[in-house]
Amino acid sequence: MNEHDRDRMKKLLQQALRPVGADAEPARDLWPAMLRRLDEESVTPVRAGFNWAWFDGALAAGLVVIVASFPAAIPLVLYYL
Amino acid sequence: MQNGTSDVLNQFRQGDADAFETLFRLHQRAVYGWILRIVRDPSAAEELTVESFWRIHRAHARFEPAQGFEGWARRIATHAALDWLRANRTRRAESELSTETVAEVAASAAPDPAVTAEIRLKTAQAFGRLPPKLRIAATLAVVEDQPQKDVAAALRISVAAVKLRVFRALRLLKKDLEGQGITP
Repeated sequence: MNEHDRDRMKKLLQQALRPVGADAEPARDLWPAMLRRLDEESVTPVRAGFNWAWFDGALAAGLVVIVASFPAAIPLVLYYL
Repeated sequence: MQNGTSDVLNQFRQGDADAFETLFRLHQRAVYGWILRIVRDPSAAEELTVESFWRIHRAHARFEPAQGFEGWARRIATHAALDWLRANRTRRAESELSTETVAEVAASAAPDPAVTAEIRLKTAQAFGRLPPKLRIAATLAVVEDQPQKDVAAALRISVAAVKLRVFRALRLLKKDLEGQGITP
């Protein structure tokens, strides 16, 4: 795409989407919505304990499979824990 | 006045709720306007303004008063808008535009009479299909005619990267339109 094409594409885009302009403002005062958001977040309980990711679950499952398949490996696993 | 502003910024950094409200009231219009330029949907822009200030509130301890509030808030707002564009892109059918955008395109008169309403609508639709990262750079730099250094600062990339993203956006747009039989 050469410079001429680029200028034409810019002009086309400017005709398709008009600029919003600098004088846009919200239709309402957003502070009450902000306060609601702050209140919601402050009452949301924080989950206690561990948050298990899928990877943690996969590791634990793998460990169980190894231990079940090779009971002799239990001392080795305990050694590395 | 300068000392007053500096005090508010320092108090905000320490988590003062009144300072946060002062900054919200001072900057909500500018943040809303910036987000609206990106998402072009007034109700989404209102929600995202609240979301941006929520992120600002959470990050107060990382705020550096010496760097100023406006640029920092703009960066956070830009990322909130980018997240929205990404989520919205996967939620919506790709060619679908918001009702506001379709009405805007249909109602506006093009300075060039050769550019019909249909071409403008297809251009707007093709633009909506661009990857959000390219779309945001092109919206701000081309449609909204914002200085490239401001766009670069808001996106936390270099001016050269802004130019590259705009170039890629225009090239993809051209290719999409040509695929529909429109020669721009």
